[in-house]
Amino acid sequence: MTIAVIARNTFKEAVRDRVLYLLLFFAALAIVLSRVLALLTVGDRAKVVKDVGLASISLFGALMAILIGTGLVYKEIDKRTIFTLISKPIRRSEFLLGKYFGLLLTLAVMTAAMSAIFLVLVFAHTLAWEFRLLIPILFIFLELGLLTAVAILFSSFSTPILSSLYALSFFLIGHFSWSLETLIQKTPPGWGRTALRAVYAVLPDLENFNLKTEFVHGLTVPSSFYVYAPLYALVYTGFVLALAVLVFRRRDFI
Amino acid sequence: MADILELRDVRKAFRQGFLLRSREVLKGISFSVGEGEIFGYLGPNGAGKTSTIKCVLGLLFPDGGTIRIGGRPHLETRAKAGLGFLPENPYFYDYLTAAEFLDFYAQLFGLPKSERRERAARLLGLVGMEKAAGLQLRKFSRGMLQRIGLAQALVNDPSFLILDEPLGGLDPLGRKEIRDIILTLKEDGKTVLFTSHILQDIEMICDRVAILIGGRIHRQGRLADLVSENILFTELTVSGIDPAEVAGLGRSLSAQGGRILLKVFDDVGLESVLDLVRERKGTIHALIPRVQTLEDIFVEAVKNP
Repeated sequence: MTIAVIARNTFKEAVRDRVLYLLLFFAALAIVLSRVLALLTVGDRAKVVKDVGLASISLFGALMAILIGTGLVYKEIDKRTIFTLISKPIRRSEFLLGKYFGLLLTLAVMTAAMSAIFLVLVFAHTLAWEFRLLIPILFIFLELGLLTAVAILFSSFSTPILSSLYALSFFLIGHFSWSLETLIQKTPPGWGRTALRAVYAVLPDLENFNLKTEFVHGLTVPSSFYVYAPLYALVYTGFVLALAVLVFRRRDFI
Repeated sequence: MADILELRDVRKAFRQGFLLRSREVLKGISFSVGEGEIFGYLGPNGAGKTSTIKCVLGLLFPDGGTIRIGGRPHLETRAKAGLGFLPENPYFYDYLTAAEFLDFYAQLFGLPKSERRERAARLLGLVGMEKAAGLQLRKFSRGMLQRIGLAQALVNDPSFLILDEPLGGLDPLGRKEIRDIILTLKEDGKTVLFTSHILQDIEMICDRVAILIGGRIHRQGRLADLVSENILFTELTVSGIDPAEVAGLGRSLSAQGGRILLKVFDDVGLESVLDLVRERKGTIHALIPRVQTLEDIFVEAVKNP
């Protein structure tokens, strides 16, 4: 109940943030510009529209999660609005989770808006409503859920600028950590390979939520992926949120 | 009278600077606030008033000591159910309107929609903000924020209110209105703990006070017990006599336009001055006995901690 109240208020706060609309505008622009790129392409133009469109949703969704998420908790502490909130009978964990779900709700609305623009543009090319493209978008949303948790974690103890840098690093590392697998294979067995495996296990693998290529090019996706990836998102997000609650629950608000 | 708030030997230190040196801001604070009383918590800037309140509210974690609200450990969520808090320099969600703002806090207490609406309207009326219900808080003046902050503190109909500098930033009329509201709350059986720099206000409405200096409670008790009723000195304004004649009877503060302003410290001196005025057929324009005030105690405490 309390989490829902705080989440609704966070949603109100986020939708009144101009940064959100600026990002939505650029996201829409990027999606529409994919049409220009398609015109310059030889071959299947619809594939370019789909590829660039999905990439735009992923990138701008991530920017929204990071830029708004990293300021959410910090602003409450900096502007001291948290003083009156914590004086009410609410737990700090409820406050933090309320913030998380509030931003997640905002991202859901923004992703829906970007998806609508994207689907209309695809329709203009193929003259067919390709609702199956909502599946990779759903996986992008899982990634945004994890990124939001990471942004909130950093926001609970650091400034927005530093938090944005940390969260952006998490995003980039998450999308390139798969290359460690190649390195592991090329490393001779021994402590070096074991250490690399340990690092690979700890680092996020956000490529787990990347179904863009498969859906754009009509490749088959193993059915186990539909179970494994959401489970991975759930466990990783849960872990990050638990860590954020742990950091936040003993923090002094000076 | 049961204690609604009890602090026992509360200590808090902050680590600061590059070397993380420890600075103790609360050095064993102990006091209690009884049910139904208005308790004034005063001290100079940096004495630790707000830190004490933050410890009570769970915004700071004390290094030692115990705090109980209504008999429960202060960090229990149930302990805060009957509590209302107005922070110093109210900081609120400025993108909300006054009505939305009160509704948000009322929701945190699980109140149904109809009750929330009724309560918001009543509280806006109480603090004289009915016309600002649809206005965003970012357009509020400092005084308006203070009023809406007080309404927010009352949204759960609390039995215990903590008001941190509730009269700060208000004009004399606004201060009187808030003072009256606090007295009305007391009449309704509510307990109020409030901090203020304005000693006159504390003196006017508080039952008991605690003076905090340098992180320690210097004095505490009922105002009547702290403030002596003995006359400290008498201020006299007289005319028709020579200033040189009264020089030895008291301290002459000014002598302009034939009027002498004189400070006399004992009854003998006062009688002598009055006799002299009668003898010279002069006039007594004013005779004001000055008893000890809270300000005297406060100034003395700050000077000699």
